[in-house]
Amino acid sequence: MLTLGRACLLLALGLAVFGIAASVYGARRERPEWAAAGRRSVYALFGVLTVTMAILELAFARSDFSFRLVASHSSTTTPLFYKLTAMWSSQEGSLLLWAWLLSGWSSLAMLVAERRARALAPWAGAVLLALAGFFLGLVNFLANPIQLLDPAAVDGNGLQPLLRHPAMVIHPPMLYSGYTLATIPFAFAIAGLVTRRVDAGWIRQTRRFMLGSWLALTCGILLGARWSWSELGWGGYWAWDPVENAALVPWLTGTAALHSLMVQERRGTLKAWNVTLALATGILAILGTFLVRSGILQSIHAFGASTLGPPFLAFIVVLIAGSLALVLWRRDALHSPARLDSLLSRETVFVLNNVVLVGLALVILWGTFFPLISELLTGDRASVGPPWFSRYTVPLAIALVLLSGIGPILPWRRANSRSLRRLFAIPLAAAAAAATVGALVAPVSGSPRALALFIAATFVLAAVGQEYWRGARARRASTGRAWPIALGGLVARNRRRYGGYAVHVGIAVLLVGVAASSAFQQVRDVRMKPGDRATVGAYEIRYVRPTADVGREKLSLGAVLDVRRDGHRVTLLRPSRGYYPVADPRAAGTLGRWFEGESTSEVGLRADLRRDVWTVVEPDLQPFRRMIDGIDERFPLAGAEMEPLFLRALAERYMLQPPPAAFRLIVSPLVLWVWVGGVLALLGAVVAIWPAGARRAARERAAAPSAPPPAVLERV
Amino acid sequence: MPGSRKRRARMVAALGAAVLLAAALVWTSFTASSEAVTPGTLVRTGEDGRSYQLTGKVLPGYEREDDVLVFRVRDRSGTASVAVRYSGAVPDPFREGREIILTVRRQHGDWVGERDSLVTKCPSKFSARDDSP
Repeated sequence: MLTLGRACLLLALGLAVFGIAASVYGARRERPEWAAAGRRSVYALFGVLTVTMAILELAFARSDFSFRLVASHSSTTTPLFYKLTAMWSSQEGSLLLWAWLLSGWSSLAMLVAERRARALAPWAGAVLLALAGFFLGLVNFLANPIQLLDPAAVDGNGLQPLLRHPAMVIHPPMLYSGYTLATIPFAFAIAGLVTRRVDAGWIRQTRRFMLGSWLALTCGILLGARWSWSELGWGGYWAWDPVENAALVPWLTGTAALHSLMVQERRGTLKAWNVTLALATGILAILGTFLVRSGILQSIHAFGASTLGPPFLAFIVVLIAGSLALVLWRRDALHSPARLDSLLSRETVFVLNNVVLVGLALVILWGTFFPLISELLTGDRASVGPPWFSRYTVPLAIALVLLSGIGPILPWRRANSRSLRRLFAIPLAAAAAAATVGALVAPVSGSPRALALFIAATFVLAAVGQEYWRGARARRASTGRAWPIALGGLVARNRRRYGGYAVHVGIAVLLVGVAASSAFQQVRDVRMKPGDRATVGAYEIRYVRPTADVGREKLSLGAVLDVRRDGHRVTLLRPSRGYYPVADPRAAGTLGRWFEGESTSEVGLRADLRRDVWTVVEPDLQPFRRMIDGIDERFPLAGAEMEPLFLRALAERYMLQPPPAAFRLIVSPLVLWVWVGGVLALLGAVVAIWPAGARRAARERAAAPSAPPPAVLERV
Repeated sequence: MPGSRKRRARMVAALGAAVLLAAALVWTSFTASSEAVTPGTLVRTGEDGRSYQLTGKVLPGYEREDDVLVFRVRDRSGTASVAVRYSGAVPDPFREGREIILTVRRQHGDWVGERDSLVTKCPSKFSARDDSP
């Protein structure tokens, strides 16, 4: 199996190289059979990498510790679900996952392009194969996931306990899907530049992939944030870490592209801007991967001791230089004769939205790379913290929310003063009402930034609600159907538009949650014994009793907390700390090994639409040190039969003589809105990406003003 | 005003605003930043009143004094180390040998970590080699 796996990796690299050569030759010499061979290389690559993934997954499922990767990231006691997902917790496995996902999405793109854009397909295929080839070079020569461990280990190290969370399992494939899907528009933009087809054709081929990338990145970022909030013991969901920022930046440029592409489709303008955005988003996706792999910036998420930095950096430099050269080379084809008719038009708002989104991306990029910039300029490596990021991102986010409400209600081309009054009356009245209520209610009135965001979000909700209502009313009048059916029909017939509006609402709700939970969070760190009380915000929290549980994989020591508000019980919370043993008892003793390994917080969380009450506990184990050391000394290698007895004795003593414990207690308003808003945005994106019927799609294609004649697209 | 002049005026205004914003961005990032240092550099050149971003690995033998965590951080590849006192949230992956980032400032001769600024490397990025103290 190991040999087959390694052979598959080499074959995959060979296929990528052959595919590039065949595609370029086919396109340059106008030889359709070679172009087709290049396309088939993409499909074959996906097939071969699927076999490689299957071999590795089988090794994980069977706990085959002759695979080095399996031994270092799984164990016989790791649950099957986590065994199958342990692969991407490693550098090598995650690179293979990247290449596999890229080959899968590339195959889908080639399938679509084979029918609709045969002229662009060979060049786009060559670019995608070049990207895959780079990653396959890494997994073949620098970070091979299929390596022999001789002799095979008896058992493995197991999956890091903190990663045993459903959100963490889906988070990497989602982020990597987002990154790899962003490379499809990148490849087609390159193809468009090479072939001088920079009209709306390449956009139509890649719009869904761009939206898919946005959807996957949104999902990946949200899952990471959710895991951080509910699993990590620090009480936050975003830390402005370089690697987190690296996922956010292509998300921002991708969002900008999704809006500006519409302007080109509708009005034939912004050609150069759109090509640049697609190229930038693709490169930023690779940059995000590079930041994790290289260790070039101090990040909690970066792999340490990596040798992948230099090749990644060289590759990114080539991508940037090549993209710039292509844009300059084709600048005459990118000239758009059409201009914006009026400042009061939807396309102008889209341009402003692009300025804000790209501004946000630039600010975050600057802050992320500031350590390198400062070292270059001053010789000292310095970094900026969350307050610096907030100083710029909060006002820009408020502007963005406001624009996301204005855009949908303005018409294309121009609006007159009468229609403006009609369109803006309700949203402005709602925003004014929100401002009045916010100014009167403490503590909102004391936080101008949060108040501004609430007002902007109310404007968006009213504006989008008005659009749905107007559309449904018109449909009801024309069909005579009931309101829910009229609304459903409206969305079904204009999925892209009304799905997009739902995304706007979702993002506004999400940002309201972020603003409230950031501005009005209350935190207390206390040390308590059973019976002690502490207050945080309006809540009184009492340490009722300790809890202990001896499991096969971990020992849990925790507490029951009685949470009350105004004297009434709100809930009972059970935060705990899980202690996982190190594998070798000789290293740390029979009982000591349980406290020398990883320990994780199980958060005690009560969440509702108004606020989250979040608690973690860290018991002070110092009083048990003598007991632990004594057992380790007397029974250095007690064996599997005795160990549970000792653990139960320790747990019993913890219950009978509970030591003081350190608690972190947080009351954070509207955190649930972050997740609800995120899910709403994702649902909206799913509606928008859902394919329209074939007949309607043909109608849309025919209606597009800048659509090239089909013959142009079909010609090889 | 003719269309072309109007467009040029708008362009100049937009570019001016962009330049101003960029200058503010550069200025504030330099004034609000903390220098990233290793324990060795901090010991040699650390000054009172300045904040630094300390990066390194946790040495064995850290202890708690009530709510204060007292531990030593050593260079990623080297032997120089510095003792720090820290109170605030301690990430779950914090333990001996792990790589940490902490914002510190000297107070009464001790290096004191800024509350809640302790971060430990994400658990998916540990390797056997990284964990060795």
